[in-house]
Amino acid sequence: MGKVVVVTSGKGGVGKTTSTAALGAALAQRNEKVVVVDFDVGLRNLDLIMGAERRVVYDIVNVIQGDAKLPQALIRDKRLDNLFLLPASQTRDKDALTPEGVEQVMADLKRYFDWVICDSPAGIERGATLAMRHADMAVVVTNPEVSSVRDSDRIIGLLDAKTMKAERGERIEKHLLLTRYDANRAERGDMLKVEDVLEILSIPLIGIIPESSDVLRASNIGAPVTLADAKSAPAMAYFDAARRLAGEDLPITIPGEKRGIFGKIFGRKAA
Amino acid sequence: MSIFRLFARPRSAPMARERLQVLLAHERSSVGNDLVTLLREEILAVIAKHVQVDPDKVTVKVDRDEHVSILEIDVEIPRGAAVMAA
Repeated sequence: MGKVVVVTSGKGGVGKTTSTAALGAALAQRNEKVVVVDFDVGLRNLDLIMGAERRVVYDIVNVIQGDAKLPQALIRDKRLDNLFLLPASQTRDKDALTPEGVEQVMADLKRYFDWVICDSPAGIERGATLAMRHADMAVVVTNPEVSSVRDSDRIIGLLDAKTMKAERGERIEKHLLLTRYDANRAERGDMLKVEDVLEILSIPLIGIIPESSDVLRASNIGAPVTLADAKSAPAMAYFDAARRLAGEDLPITIPGEKRGIFGKIFGRKAA
Repeated sequence: MSIFRLFARPRSAPMARERLQVLLAHERSSVGNDLVTLLREEILAVIAKHVQVDPDKVTVKVDRDEHVSILEIDVEIPRGAAVMAA
């Protein structure tokens, strides 16, 4: 039986889709069978980030409504044989996702894949609660910024109340993924530090992804950042996060601790 | 660098941290609002099966302190309210 992971955040634009694609690809690069599922019905974007937007024929709503079989809707990644995408529909209304339909799709996917990674829509409405409903683990994507931290706190509350695991009295595993982190700004006192966010949200940290132009570049070319440039700082951070998700115990490193302009000039002279 | 800091703007991250801590402490304690609404509806439904009550005269409140939460239910039943067959 595969593990179901929801990538969620409450707030939009913090990096849920980027992280879903990067973590999904990183796990597939470890030779695990992975499917990434877009739950953002009406505003799908995971297809675009994965570079599969022109290959979408059927979507999750077609499967739920019985217009297509699940294997017909799954899109195999062109770079990795064991990575698949189940897209969301672009046009139909949000009520097209039914709790029973989602339950069936999740149960089927768990049988074939090692990892089912669900990209949640922003907000706390139906789409977001359905995306988290069947999760074994949650990755809470947070930016070091007040509104994102507040919304993450709200989502953590929902994870503890509205998931199947929570309703059965079990604890859902929650992990914090801090994205768009700028170590220099945090050091200067102009951005919340890792410790600040951890202390406020009090869930374990699974990774710190540095703010980086490599993320935008990867989305421009339609590849998860771990595939677009495996040596880039964000890709390495995602690889580490994927290993921790798979249960490895790795020390957390703060990526991209570059020196400022003065540090560069004086640091080099001193060296 | 410290000489530059003297003229720099005050650091903003500590303010962010403090504002969040105050706000979330408040918001976490009121998260139970959903539960209160649910309790209110269900309690009202049970009472309404047996006694006629005005929905606006039913208050459900949760007070929390460090150790316990107190659930307070206040139902106003008008004199002579028809008691339905149980």
